[in-house]
Amino acid sequence: MIETRGLRKSFVSRQGREKKKVEAVRGVDLTVAEGEIFGFLGPNGAGKTTTLRMLATLIVPDDGTATIAGADLRADPGEVRRRIGYVAQGGSTWDDSTAREELVLQSRLYGASKGDALARAARVLEGFQLSEYADRKCKTYSGGQRRRVDIALGIIHEPKVVFLDEPTTGLDPQSRAHMWDEIRRLRAEGMTVFITTHYLDEADALCDRISIMDNGEIVASGTPAELKREISGDVVRVGLPVDAVPAAVEALSSYKIEKYEDNVRLYVEDGAVAIPQILRALDAAGVPLGTIELHRPSLDDVFLTKTGRSLRES
Amino acid sequence: MKLLRDTSLIFNRQMQLLLRNPVWILVGVFQPVMYLLLFAPLLKPALQVPTNAEAYEIFVPGLLVLLAIFGGLFQGFGLIAELRAGVIERSRVTPVSRLALLLGRSLRDVVSLIAQAVIITLLALVFDLRVFLPNLLLAYLMLALISLMTSAVSYGVALVVKSEDALAPLMNTVAQPVLLLSGILLPLTYAPGWLQGVADWNPFSWAVNGTRALFRGDLGAPDVWQGLLIMAVLAVLAVAWAAREFARSVR
Repeated sequence: MIETRGLRKSFVSRQGREKKKVEAVRGVDLTVAEGEIFGFLGPNGAGKTTTLRMLATLIVPDDGTATIAGADLRADPGEVRRRIGYVAQGGSTWDDSTAREELVLQSRLYGASKGDALARAARVLEGFQLSEYADRKCKTYSGGQRRRVDIALGIIHEPKVVFLDEPTTGLDPQSRAHMWDEIRRLRAEGMTVFITTHYLDEADALCDRISIMDNGEIVASGTPAELKREISGDVVRVGLPVDAVPAAVEALSSYKIEKYEDNVRLYVEDGAVAIPQILRALDAAGVPLGTIELHRPSLDDVFLTKTGRSLRES
Repeated sequence: MKLLRDTSLIFNRQMQLLLRNPVWILVGVFQPVMYLLLFAPLLKPALQVPTNAEAYEIFVPGLLVLLAIFGGLFQGFGLIAELRAGVIERSRVTPVSRLALLLGRSLRDVVSLIAQAVIITLLALVFDLRVFLPNLLLAYLMLALISLMTSAVSYGVALVVKSEDALAPLMNTVAQPVLLLSGILLPLTYAPGWLQGVADWNPFSWAVNGTRALFRGDLGAPDVWQGLLIMAVLAVLAVAWAAREFARSVR
C-alpha cells in the first residue's frame, strides 16, 4: 500500500546569522501492507512528521521515491491526494464552524456533490459518535471530540490510506482509549492506517507493525512482538543513589549493562537466576541498593539497544 | 470549471463565517464614517471650493480608495489564524485548486469592501454628494480591483511570514507612504512639483485620480481608463503571486 525508497529531506535553519543545514530525514525505506495499522515510533524531532508530510504531498522530498495506494508521489501528487487522508498533529477545525459544516466542505473539496457530501457527513458523524454535537461550534468541543472531528475530516472521502500524526497527543487516558478504538474501526473498514507516536504503549498496543525512527533514520522495523523478541531474556532494572551508579557498573561489569542517571539496566538470560547473583555482587562491593525490578523487554528496551538512549529520556 | 466550483465553495464558506459576525463590516465602516463626519467639514474652506457637494466629490473617492487599500492589506491576519488552526493545511491535502483557496478568500474581501463602500456612499448622499450611477459602478469596479490586489498581497505575505508580529509592521510600513503619496486625503494638485513627481510612481495615486474623475462625472478623462488598467494589471500580478504561495511546497 505504501512503498518508499531512500526518502530524504533537509531544511536550512537559521540561528542568528548562521545558516545550518538540518537533515531531517536521511533515506527512509518503508513498506506498509494493505489493511494494517503501521506506526512510526520515535522521540520528538526524529523526522516522523517530516516523513509523513512528504507522503501526504505537503512537502516535496529532496530525493527518493514513494508509491502510495498505487500512485507515484513525485510524478502524480494530485492522484496521491485523492487516495489518501491526512490528519495533522495540531488540529484542523475552525472555532466558529460546526463539525457538520467542516465535514460537508471537506467532502465537497474532494469533489462530492452537495447531497452526497451531506449524506457522508451524517454517516461519519454517526460513526464517530458526534451526531449530538454536530451543529455546535467547534470551539465548544472537548479535546477528544475535536480530535475525532479531525479524524473524521481525514477520512470523509473514504481514502485507501489515512495518515494520522500523533493522534492521541494531549488527550486524557479515557479519550486515548476511545481514539484507539476509532483507529481499529478504520482498519476494520479496510483502511490502511499510518500513525506516528512517541508513546511506547500506543505503538505496542495499537500497531500491527512499527518502524522505530531516530535522528532521521529508521533503526528497526517489525511487529512489536518480533522487535521485543530480538532482545532475548529479561531486563533487570536496579535503582540506585546517583553517586553509587559508577560503583554498581564496576561491580556488575560481567553483565550486559546500560547505565542511567539513577539506575542501571542489565540484560540477562533468566531474571530469576540473575537477581540473587546481582544482589550478592552489589552487596560484596558495598553498593547501597534502592530498588530492583524484573521485567520483560519493552519497546523502550528495543529503542535503547538500537540508539543507546531511552525513549523516555530523549 | 473546477476552479469556478472550488472558488465558490471557498467563497461561500468565508461569506458564511463573515455573516456570522456581521459586526466586522460595521467596525470597518466606523473609521471612514468618522472621517466623513469630523474631517470632511474642514474641506470646503480648506480646498476653497464653493459648495459642500464639491468638497465631498473630492474627499469621498479618496476615502473609499483608502478603505480598499487598508481593508485589503490587513486581511492577512485572518489567514494567519487559519494557518494556526490547521484549516489551510487541511485544504492543501485535498485536490482543491490552489488558486481557488486564494480567490475564494479575496472575493469575500471584495464583497465586504463593496458593502462598506455602499454604506459610505449612502451617507455621503446625505451631505449633498451627487454621482451618476454608471460612474459610481465603475468607481466600485476600481475599488474591487484595488481590494482584490491588496488582499491578495496581504495573503501572500501572510503565507511567507506566518506571524502577526511580522505582518503588522510590514503592512503599516507599506501602507503609510502609499497613503501619503496617493493624494487620498488632499488632492496632489496642491503638492510641490517634486512631490507630484514622486506620486506619479505610486499606482494608487492613479487609482485615486481615476475614481475622483468618475465622481466628478468626467467619464471621458484619461485618468479613468488609466487607473482601471493599472489596477487590473496589478491585481492579476498580485493574485498570480499569492496563488503561487498557496501552492508552494506542493506542485
